[in-house]
Amino acid sequence: MSKLVENIGEAIRKTGLKDGMTISFHHHMRNGDHVLNMVLEEVAKQGIKDITVNASSIFDVHEPIIDHIKNGVVTGIECNYMGSKVGHAICEGIMEKPVIFRTHGGRPSDMEKGTSHIDVAFIAAPTSDDMGNCTGKIGKSACGSIGYAFADAMNADKVVIVTDNLVPYPLTGASIPEVYADYVVAVDEIGDPKGIVSGTTKITRDPVGLRMAEYAARVIDASGLLKEGVSLQTGAGGATLAAAKFIKEIMLERGIVGSFGMGGITAYMVDMLEAGCFRSLIDVQCFDLDAVRSLRDDPRHMEVSATQYAGVSGKSAAVDSLDVVLLGATQVDVNFNVNVHTDSNGYIMGGSGGHSDTAAGSKLCIIIAPLTRARLPLVVDRALTISTPGKDVDVVVTQRGIAVNTRYGKNKELKEKLIAAHLPVCEIEDLKKKAEELSGVPASLPLSDRVVAKVLYRDGTEIDTIKAVK
Amino acid sequence: MRRSMLFIPGNTPNLLMNGDILGADAVILDLEDAVSPAEKDSARILVRNILKNLRYQGCEIIVRINPVDTDFWQKDLDEIIPLKPDLIMPPKSSSGDYVRTVSDYIGKLEEKCGFEKNTVKLIPLIETALGVENAYDIASACDRVAAIFLGAEDLTADLRCVRTKESREILYARQRLVTAARAAEVDVYDTPFTDVDDLEGLVKDAETAKSMGFTGKASISPRHVDGINTVFSPTEKEIAYAHEVMETIERAKKEGKGVVALRGKMIDAPIVNRAKRVLEMEKAIFGGED
Amino acid sequence: MEIKKSATAGTMESSDAFVMVSPADELITEINSVVYTQYGKAIEACVKETLASLGVTKGKVAVTDKGAIDCVIAARVETAVKRAGGEN
Repeated sequence: MSKLVENIGEAIRKTGLKDGMTISFHHHMRNGDHVLNMVLEEVAKQGIKDITVNASSIFDVHEPIIDHIKNGVVTGIECNYMGSKVGHAICEGIMEKPVIFRTHGGRPSDMEKGTSHIDVAFIAAPTSDDMGNCTGKIGKSACGSIGYAFADAMNADKVVIVTDNLVPYPLTGASIPEVYADYVVAVDEIGDPKGIVSGTTKITRDPVGLRMAEYAARVIDASGLLKEGVSLQTGAGGATLAAAKFIKEIMLERGIVGSFGMGGITAYMVDMLEAGCFRSLIDVQCFDLDAVRSLRDDPRHMEVSATQYAGVSGKSAAVDSLDVVLLGATQVDVNFNVNVHTDSNGYIMGGSGGHSDTAAGSKLCIIIAPLTRARLPLVVDRALTISTPGKDVDVVVTQRGIAVNTRYGKNKELKEKLIAAHLPVCEIEDLKKKAEELSGVPASLPLSDRVVAKVLYRDGTEIDTIKAVK
Repeated sequence: MRRSMLFIPGNTPNLLMNGDILGADAVILDLEDAVSPAEKDSARILVRNILKNLRYQGCEIIVRINPVDTDFWQKDLDEIIPLKPDLIMPPKSSSGDYVRTVSDYIGKLEEKCGFEKNTVKLIPLIETALGVENAYDIASACDRVAAIFLGAEDLTADLRCVRTKESREILYARQRLVTAARAAEVDVYDTPFTDVDDLEGLVKDAETAKSMGFTGKASISPRHVDGINTVFSPTEKEIAYAHEVMETIERAKKEGKGVVALRGKMIDAPIVNRAKRVLEMEKAIFGGED
Repeated sequence: MEIKKSATAGTMESSDAFVMVSPADELITEINSVVYTQYGKAIEACVKETLASLGVTKGKVAVTDKGAIDCVIAARVETAVKRAGGEN
């Protein structure tokens, strides 16, 4: 028996894809992904219309989707993150149905709970055998973890594995087993390796970023969480990586061994693992080639599904055991709500990803962001879009002050600890005032009443909407 | 408190906006070497506006003007003095006369602005062989001089020797400046360590400077500031000892004793003065609890 | 002060502004900004105020703003005008 089919077109025909159905994709190939575009092109060619695309993320490389929307091939998008190119078009109102934004944990959990149905999942796999045992750890397009694709494989009605490295059966050490696969397609290229991984991630040299990073590391130290068994997640941003460097130095100096580092894994987290700062890495996504190598070669580096990483449908998720997470923000409001969806002009340029999942699960959620960016104050009265609710955010670190969230009756003790550690603690309103003294009060954006996107919290409830830009 | 002193190029808005959060005890807004001749005017106006509109907190403001043999230095002072910077740094300071030329011009501007005399202090940058030989003359040129500062890059060019990390070539200059400054009772800053990425080398170099008697050290990179601050801060042991000295003195006073000893060592005036300085720094660094 | 010739000042770096001035029979200001929606009016007011304080009554002043605060924009306008007026 073989599940191998001739090409994507044949796979689509065999799955019985029809008008009005939902197809899904994962984003481990990131901005080098070819699969989403290839599939949509074939869907359009076959005259299928009214398709909803549920992709864990939409990147700029997926720009052709704009034409498919305009032609009625795609009428719905559900994702956890959307790059600015497609985001811009969405905010201009090209699609009638609002985009549904979920979180990295909410997306698989909604599938498992049955509130999000996938008719056909197309899974880009850097290596697969002809029965659909597949992995991202090896192959010319190796991307490391394919954790976001697990739920698609397990919950979609039909599953198509798309690979550019077909190997003889059986592929041992597969991430997703054949039991979920219906068809396997071999193509020339599932992605451009240059876009898949960002190369080497660099620690910021920007002095302001370094100052914030140092403050963040001192906040973690003062919190008392930086002890044997500590777990940590950082983003791939320059300032959060720099914070990881300061934390690494403290851990090595004091001989602290943490339980795990998590997240999108970067070379820096791998370095911390290899230096003995952590016992393990929990990896839902690799950001660079060092992370891919480590996941393949080091048994302490573990691939997990998005559900295990951050979901709410399992009996537990790794975020529930997370001590500290360092996150970014484009805006924070006086109630500590964080926006990572829209830019200052109201256009979509991101999404929650794991932001609100890790914020909710962690004991200490630290937001690192400069007081102003190109004149615009970080802290506003009301975040343009609420991506992560303020109740899940503990500390906001800027270069000109650190605000502790003591609303909701929490963090009183933490605030005292930070003051005792001589950190520049202030109120969130002070950060707003300081920025406005420097920049002036920004005029508000003219937004229309038309909803172009809905933001769902990790439990599936709607926490905000995004309006079209006038 | 004068441990670290950080150069910030005078024509970079982004850095100037954040000059006071980089951890330096003093920032040097640079109108000289960091600014190309074609941009002298724009840097001067930009720095003036930044000083007028932003309130730098928790650090001294120093403006490095252009040398006296250029057309720029008086224009620099015309724009900058009304904003009352803490100190002006004249580069290439070669003699007492050189410093007094700058000081006299500042004096006139101070009078015009209605400032008290000697409001704006001077920190002459000594970076020529002649300047080193005239170090005491410079340090004691006038009441306005608050500190002197060694610039080893230009100096080694003038000495016709190679600048090295080991810094043997500037041993004499360092000793000469420290001695001159202490004789004139002003502060003295060491030259920057120029390898931005070598943080270990920086700490070593700063420790050498501290051991020779320097008050603090300049830096061309924000990444060096924390290292310099650490080296030039009193250690926990020094702080504890200073407290002990002061407590012993207090007790002796109450008991009416004249001569006091601590652990078998006589506490004389220099020891008391050193203890006082350490406690002042402790207060400045930690905000003065206890 | 009179704008006698074309001149520029500033850079296109973030938090800076690039200003180009040239002779014209009336006062024309042109503002381009990455934060136009939020600060367009403030920038315009700052440019006009700076020009008035320099006694500039005619000329074309084009500002390309990369998120500079007012005092930076004012500095760049002043520098460009002084360069155009033959100073420096």
